[in-house]
Amino acid sequence: MSNKILAEIEEEAANCMKCGLCRKICPIFDELENEATVARGKVNLIQNVIEGNIELTDKYEKLMELCLLCKACVDNCPVGIEVDKMVFKAREHLAKEKGLSWMKKGIFSFVKNKGLFPLGMKLGATFQGLAFCKNKGSQQGNNIRVGIGMDPNRVLPDLAKEPFRDRYPEIVKLNNSAGRVAFFTGCSINYMQPDFGESVVNVLLENDIEVVIPKEQHCCGLAIGSYGDIEKSRELAEHNLDVFSKYDVDAVVTACASCGSTLKEEYEEWLDDDSFSSKVYDISEYLVDVIDFDREDLGKLRRKVTYHDPCHLVRGMKVSEQPREIMKSIPGLYFEDMKKPDRCCGAAGTFNIKNYDLSMKINRHKIDDIKQTGAGTVATGCAGCKIQITDGLNQAGMSQEVVHTVQLLDEAYQKRREEREEEEVKVIS
Amino acid sequence: MFKQSLINRFKDILGEDNVLTSKEDLLSYSFDSTPDFESIVPELVVMPESTEQVSEVVKIANEKEINIIPRGAGTNLCGGTIPVENSIVVVLTKMNKILEIDEENLTVTVEAGVITQAINEAVEARELFFPPDPGTVAVSTIGGNIAECAGGLRGLKYGVTKDYVMGVEVVLPTGKVINAGGKTVKNVTGYDLPSLYSGSEGTLGIITQATLKLLPLPDTKKSMMAIFDKLDGAAETISSIIRNKVIPVTLEIMDQVTIQSVEEFANIGLPTEAAAILLIEVDGIEEVVERDAKKVVKICKENGAREVKLAKNEEERFEIWEARRASLSALGRMRPTTILEDATVPRSNIPDMIRGVNKIAEKYDLHIGTFGHAGDGNLHPTILADERNEEEMKRVHKAVEEIFDLALGLDGTLSGEHGIGIAKAKYMTKELGEDGLQALRDIKFSLDPKGILNPHKVIGAGDNE
Ligand SMILES: Cc1cc2nc3c(=O)[nH]c(=O)nc-3n(C[C@H](O)[C@H](O)[C@H](O)COP(=O)(O)OP(=O)(O)OC[C@H]3O[C@@H](n4cnc5c(N)ncnc54)[C@H](O)[C@@H]3O)c2cc1C
Repeated sequence: MSNKILAEIEEEAANCMKCGLCRKICPIFDELENEATVARGKVNLIQNVIEGNIELTDKYEKLMELCLLCKACVDNCPVGIEVDKMVFKAREHLAKEKGLSWMKKGIFSFVKNKGLFPLGMKLGATFQGLAFCKNKGSQQGNNIRVGIGMDPNRVLPDLAKEPFRDRYPEIVKLNNSAGRVAFFTGCSINYMQPDFGESVVNVLLENDIEVVIPKEQHCCGLAIGSYGDIEKSRELAEHNLDVFSKYDVDAVVTACASCGSTLKEEYEEWLDDDSFSSKVYDISEYLVDVIDFDREDLGKLRRKVTYHDPCHLVRGMKVSEQPREIMKSIPGLYFEDMKKPDRCCGAAGTFNIKNYDLSMKINRHKIDDIKQTGAGTVATGCAGCKIQITDGLNQAGMSQEVVHTVQLLDEAYQKRREEREEEEVKVIS
Repeated sequence: MFKQSLINRFKDILGEDNVLTSKEDLLSYSFDSTPDFESIVPELVVMPESTEQVSEVVKIANEKEINIIPRGAGTNLCGGTIPVENSIVVVLTKMNKILEIDEENLTVTVEAGVITQAINEAVEARELFFPPDPGTVAVSTIGGNIAECAGGLRGLKYGVTKDYVMGVEVVLPTGKVINAGGKTVKNVTGYDLPSLYSGSEGTLGIITQATLKLLPLPDTKKSMMAIFDKLDGAAETISSIIRNKVIPVTLEIMDQVTIQSVEEFANIGLPTEAAAILLIEVDGIEEVVERDAKKVVKICKENGAREVKLAKNEEERFEIWEARRASLSALGRMRPTTILEDATVPRSNIPDMIRGVNKIAEKYDLHIGTFGHAGDGNLHPTILADERNEEEMKRVHKAVEEIFDLALGLDGTLSGEHGIGIAKAKYMTKELGEDGLQALRDIKFSLDPKGILNPHKVIGAGDNE
């Protein structure tokens, strides 16, 4: 049967009561108001495909693409139907039956290629001046100069001249360490937000934790898997499992929600084994729940901060209290939650590339919500969300800085060191 | 299939984006929240943004004798928005403006597609509230609530949707627009059309605007949970509370099957051997709430409650209601198909009703959990089954029919708040008799002679004579 892939979710689909409570929280439905785009509508369409009432039309493919995989519907569903998993399967089925577009195929093979991808990204960093020009708006970053199918007003971060993993030795040693973790960086941190990664290393060292950054690690596979190429994702998962099992560590930490939840949730399924997944922690979770991070040596940060919950952190890894606890422990920092901190920012991995206008409409709610708080800093836990929110702020002419939670912690530790040096200078003089 | 020229007429009125024609889109409007009904694909889905557009659409439909299915959020449980042959679905959700909040007359005027919770959010800022709160309050539309005369958890003290509809703007089946009622508390000019349109289930016209009554937000509230080893104790408590002149906002019951399902699903420490749980909330000014809460606790104990929990703060209140919130989820999780009935009896007959339902469950070997609004007699016997199992569904259908007979035998009614739609149309004569049903048909066809508005709903098929 050609529907073998869909057969796996037939039972879950049957459990959907079609009650429609998903209409309340789907960010896409909120914009499009079309029952075909909301969770119960998608379940209905998938059932119609299973029953052979509709073909795998372009329209159906488009509708399956219109999902942020933000899990808001799963969380809100009275019977807990895992609609995101169903959409995942529907995409896998589409990819199998219809094939991937030549562009996706090309990009996915490039990303999967362990030699070519790093090389390409480095070349990109060197020549990015050709494609980008400096953004003149309220946020730092670049606009796209030449047409590669992206909006010319969009701001994107620089590609790192020196990727994160090249900046450190594979093992950042400590003499008297209290523990040892491996850091799964993910592509975004490696190539676009090395500053996130640096703060991760700094705060871990500050807490006497030795950090291993395996050179051989590769893309987590989420972007590829979410567009249906499960085979390639599984290969990546197997590769990463091999690489990480070479090191003797207490835990694997991540600092990008999408990678984290992929390692934690999808790997268990893709690899049919949870020995790796059970070791994975988001950095904030590791700091708060596992090692109870040092709260003594924190300097003052006088700043009003609000926090955006990445979908894959709050609903994927079920981490939401820990980043707030970190921020609230920093002296001087005034924390205020926005009204809907866990509403998707619209980035959703590669969704925002193909559906830029829609993703920015979704983002608009986030920007308004941030504005309401009056905070000057927005913290979050995912590189994708940071890029999307920065873009939205820029378009709204707002200059709030967007940072990773651990960057604030890193800064607070540094502040304390500086304060101490000053105190010492005073004592001496 | 409609001719392209006809589709273009709709597009001219509504704009390209507000006319859906693809098979995928149409399939998405072929069903609603009602389980166990064949979905039917409409010819077209339109999304008007103004009363004028609704009127123009209805005029074309009238001219071409096309059936119209008005639709809000599509969350009804009676098949009320499942299309019929040769029909267009008119979705009202793009008419979602709150037009006016009038604090002097305590009214709010809204378009029909406004989500009911949005009304409450808007008026709460001014310390007012709109009491009717169906379980779907966060997604269902006020138009759908009016058309079903939705109830909810606060029915006992505050009544149901029809008690709050003061005025309506309606597009008649001819496309003409009328206004009836308004902001005055007193209005006897002619027949009471706002009441006629409450519970009309889209069969008499399309409601495009409504003026609704608001109440001052109560100062405070208190919640309690009482656990009973005997069903009669719970039942006697319900009657006794009312006899003692306390009218709780909410007085809910969960029977043993429901308790066990919730506990299995949510693990919140409910006693699975208890026969029933009552969940009670009183509201009003502080002194009265204190006094009423004390009275209720005393009455529960007098009637054999094994344990009464009184929420001391918002957190405990939330915990108490967790059990009720989890009821539908827990039952829904057990089997693929969840059939939520709402046969309703006078509150004094609740124990007989619950016992009767249990007997029916036994007779047909079905899993039926009963919970619901005990205070107003509106129970929700919830049958768990699998739509794909024909033999089981036969038993389900027999059980449903017996539940209706049981309710009617206990001076009750087929439906307290979910409506008749297509799901219960065939039982109408059981309650109304032939002549009663004919009276409804006469009203229907005098307003809608061509029978194009939501055909077959409420009054049944084969209804044109
Ligand atoms: C989980 C769940 C819990 C529920 N809990 C409750 C509850 O506690 N109490 C309760 O009463 N109901 C409850 N319901 C039923 C349902 O939510 C209500 O009937 C609600 O009023 C339907 O509103 P809607 O906007 O979804 O209307 P729809 O389902 O779209 O339409 C309902 C009916 O109204 C007609 N209609 C819709 N809009 C208009 C209009 N503008 N003009 C004329 N006719 C119109 C339709 O043709 C249809 O006949 C529940 C349903 C579910 C799924």
